[in-house]
Amino acid sequence: MFDGKKVIALGERDGIPGPVLAECLQAAGTEVVYQTTACFV
Amino acid sequence: MDLDNQATIKQLVDAHGAENLVVVLGMSGEGVRIAAETLTTGDPSWAGPLAGVSLGLPVYHILEERVRTRLPAEIYAEKVQLMEMVLDVAQIEDALAGLRKTQAKRS
Repeated sequence: MFDGKKVIALGERDGIPGPVLAECLQAAGTEVVYQTTACFV
Repeated sequence: MDLDNQATIKQLVDAHGAENLVVVLGMSGEGVRIAAETLTTGDPSWAGPLAGVSLGLPVYHILEERVRTRLPAEIYAEKVQLMEMVLDVAQIEDALAGLRKTQAKRS
């Protein structure tokens, strides 16, 4: 799924924020090229 | 999805190629479906840079089994696992499965 791929991490303030997604994905050895956290309030 | 994010993701696809990118979401509720639809078939609101643009990006949610089992268990437990009790994981998996099925029929 992630082999050789670059990852875009799109989080949400009321869900899982972008930096948390990025931290988990980077710990799994993936390259995160963009992360952000949406806020729908 | 935020218009600035749509523009940024379009630039990333232009730079790296859709075949080299994967999207992982951390959204809740209806946000999952809207984001996934925007990144596969185009902006459903027809308001942003991805209106009418079918990027066809593979989209997953971090709580999906196929994603979470690929993450280091210790970090997942510390940072994310609690959200399994807050977000409706079955609904998230159903929404993404439905979208993938629709995509498969189109291609």
